[in-house]
Amino acid sequence: MALLPYFLLGGLFGVVVVEAEVVSWFRIQEMFRFDAFHMYGVIASAVMTAAISLLVIKRAGLREADGTPLSLAPKTLDTGVRYVAGGAIFGLGWALTGACPGPLVALVGAGVPAMLVAIVSALGGTWTYGRLRPRLPH
Amino acid sequence: MFTHPLPWYVAGPLIGLMVPAMLLLGNKPFGISSNLRHLCAALAPCRIEFFSHDWKRLGSWNLTFLLGIFVGAVTASRFAPPLIVAVSPQTMTALHQLGLHDLTGLAPREIFGWASLLTIQGFASMVVGGFLVGFGAAYAGGCTSGHAIAGLADRQPASLLAVGGFFAGGLAGTHFVLPLLLR
Repeated sequence: MALLPYFLLGGLFGVVVVEAEVVSWFRIQEMFRFDAFHMYGVIASAVMTAAISLLVIKRAGLREADGTPLSLAPKTLDTGVRYVAGGAIFGLGWALTGACPGPLVALVGAGVPAMLVAIVSALGGTWTYGRLRPRLPH
Repeated sequence: MFTHPLPWYVAGPLIGLMVPAMLLLGNKPFGISSNLRHLCAALAPCRIEFFSHDWKRLGSWNLTFLLGIFVGAVTASRFAPPLIVAVSPQTMTALHQLGLHDLTGLAPREIFGWASLLTIQGFASMVVGGFLVGFGAAYAGGCTSGHAIAGLADRQPASLLAVGGFFAGGLAGTHFVLPLLLR
């Protein structure tokens, strides 16, 4: 599998999130305080662009070489507990670190090396979830 | 010379285009937090079922994307670093009132430095916050990229629930937990 295109795409993403200050703790604070439109504009226009692109891909009936349609796998809803509870835990962490997983990595590269601690901690969090998974409601 | 920030109407669509780009490249779903799972599988699977997948086969493309993010961020901050994030005056005032003095850089130096790790604010923000991000993203089956962008764009009910959770947790963290930590 050719990996270079994914590397280049990641590079573009990294440049955009730094230059648009999406990785900034201050911007996340501003967003959760409803003090500016910037972050909402970024998220809303990203969702709109992705939604239109998905519709175009679906209408055009694009497929892989083996015939599998290009699409995102639907997430099973189950009781929904995992999305609400997991989401709220994630959100609390997002407010405290001021960064979600992509920006954590970008911040280490963009001059906040101590964020490496948050990445190691996030790995610990994911590992703990994996360990407790059979006992958690989903 | 380039002014910061890159406007939302440029940044947002470029981020949104990651979703079709990954589908077109290899029918892959845009979602960054899966990498945390792949890295756990690579580093410490410990016979846990959640980490028993073939991370090299399933995750190489995404780990490569993550590496690209790092290199992109290094490049951006070298050539056009956002030195001062010009947030709204209300946010500035609120942060001053919480006791933060240095509002330069991408994150407050008073909290996010090696020296702050052993302070309550630093420990809670980096160690506890990071843990919650990793735990919550795995539990919710996705983070801001997989749920708030790809999942919402695909109109998945699970993602709407997750994004509701993200905001509920984020608002609670910002308005209740952070004031306790900083004061």
